[in-house]
Amino acid sequence: MDMFLEQLPQQLVNGITLGGVYALIAIGYSMVYGILSMLNFAHGEVYMIGGFTGWWVLHLLYRENALAMNAVAVIALMVVFAMAVSGILGVLIERVAYRPLRHAPRINLLLSALGVSIFLQNFVLTFQGAKVRSFPVAALVPESLRVIQLGPVVFSFMRVLVIVVCFCLMAGLSIMIKSTKLGKAMRATAQDVETAAFMGVDVDRIIMVVFFIGSALGGAASVLVGLLFTQVDYYAGFAAGLKGFTAAVLGGIGNLYGAMLGGFVLGLSEALAVTFFPAAYKDVVAFVILIAVLILRPWGLMGEKSPEKV
Amino acid sequence: MDEQPILELDGIDVFYGAIQVLYGIRITLNRGELVCLLGGNASGKSTTLKTILGSCRPKSGKIFLNGERIDTLPTKEIIRRGIAIVPENRRIFPRMSVGENLEMGAYLRKDRDRVRKDRQRILELFPRLAERIEQPGATLSGGEQQMLAMARALMSRPDVLLMDEPSMGLSPRLVDQQFDLIQAVNKQGTTIFMVEQNAGMALSIADRGYVLQTGSIVMADTAASLLCDPMMREAYLGGDAACGVVDP
Repeated sequence: MDMFLEQLPQQLVNGITLGGVYALIAIGYSMVYGILSMLNFAHGEVYMIGGFTGWWVLHLLYRENALAMNAVAVIALMVVFAMAVSGILGVLIERVAYRPLRHAPRINLLLSALGVSIFLQNFVLTFQGAKVRSFPVAALVPESLRVIQLGPVVFSFMRVLVIVVCFCLMAGLSIMIKSTKLGKAMRATAQDVETAAFMGVDVDRIIMVVFFIGSALGGAASVLVGLLFTQVDYYAGFAAGLKGFTAAVLGGIGNLYGAMLGGFVLGLSEALAVTFFPAAYKDVVAFVILIAVLILRPWGLMGEKSPEKV
Repeated sequence: MDEQPILELDGIDVFYGAIQVLYGIRITLNRGELVCLLGGNASGKSTTLKTILGSCRPKSGKIFLNGERIDTLPTKEIIRRGIAIVPENRRIFPRMSVGENLEMGAYLRKDRDRVRKDRQRILELFPRLAERIEQPGATLSGGEQQMLAMARALMSRPDVLLMDEPSMGLSPRLVDQQFDLIQAVNKQGTTIFMVEQNAGMALSIADRGYVLQTGSIVMADTAASLLCDPMMREAYLGGDAACGVVDP
């Protein structure tokens, strides 16, 4: 017990970092589900390609053991490029693989998503190989800042960065959804597509925006994970996608704030579980949670129990 | 007196896949009129409204709004040109506030100052909505939702207001209230095209009516004549409707 209490602050920091990343991935699943009632199983691959984009930016700017510019600017460029590439990829996938099936049975859409997922994985495998790419993170953070000690808690600078970026992105999205005209049109479309169209909302455009935002946040999450765990490979989207999906279901799929909450609950559960079980079991925790939610509370923490009247 | 009709459906045929659901529909609405489209279940009433709004496309025939063809335009453009709808079952956005629901009604309008004035005017017309302006739509009572659906549609300043089964799912007292409201809005100058199963109620406030049967218009006349038509009385009005008494 003593050991648990000693580790608690440390694991909370780890849990929040992980949770923030899961939340960003979960938002993509949840927003798409909210509007199209489909599970975008290609989301994990969009995430993975965002990670590769970040890696490429860093790779191009890091030559002969020196950064071409200020480290903050490099990280910002990695995040921005990853978000742009993932966002555009998400929009393309919707246009090519989902829109033609908009009126087909849901199962067709699901299969199309799985097809896209397999295609993208193999596409990256062909062009990047199966090799794990490492982020030379050491070059990004000065020696003196690498480890921060705060009482009993030791954490890396990267964790602080990840938490800050996650919170900024989520706060930005929340404000956008709550107050802007576009955000209101997105909510209206998620609540009632047909009626939103009769108000003059261009539903196709809203769906594009949703795919862009969800995918871009996935891309950002991927870069943050790369900075934290220093790796990306062509298969990275599978595990990340599964975790994000679990977080989305846990929070109540279709609900934006549910996705955020689900991400943090999942991240914290995993981090705390590590204090009791060997670290290898942390994925088991995630899936035990997923199964428990599906059995006991399939509508999730913040979801609606009964489907809405149509 | 050959004023141009505000809305005109000229020989509309609509298919769902291989099945034809509307046959050569001809309907005209003159400015300021209250016209109803009557018919039983699956006679094609809702399809007619969806076709006007561009969410079903006619295979042949044309639709004109203020003399301009609209049947090839996207829904958004049709709404922008002056059509609004109060959908069947009202379809309030349940997790948006009353105020946000009203904003959605004015979604395509760019004239912000006038939108603000219209909102003010509409909230004066419906003080109950003003009291509940921050409440989510789902928490409103049936009667309040009906006001909100009407208010939301009026926020776009429509030339033509479509109403899909306004009496559906309402208690008799609320139905009376609803029809009073429709009449009041029409008196203020909005042209209304109303689809309704409750033929007696609809004809009691309408100027003219069309009767749709399995996708074809089988009767078109003034409301007063339809109320007295023997076949109408037999098929839709249940005999005891007041013939010859026109609502003041």
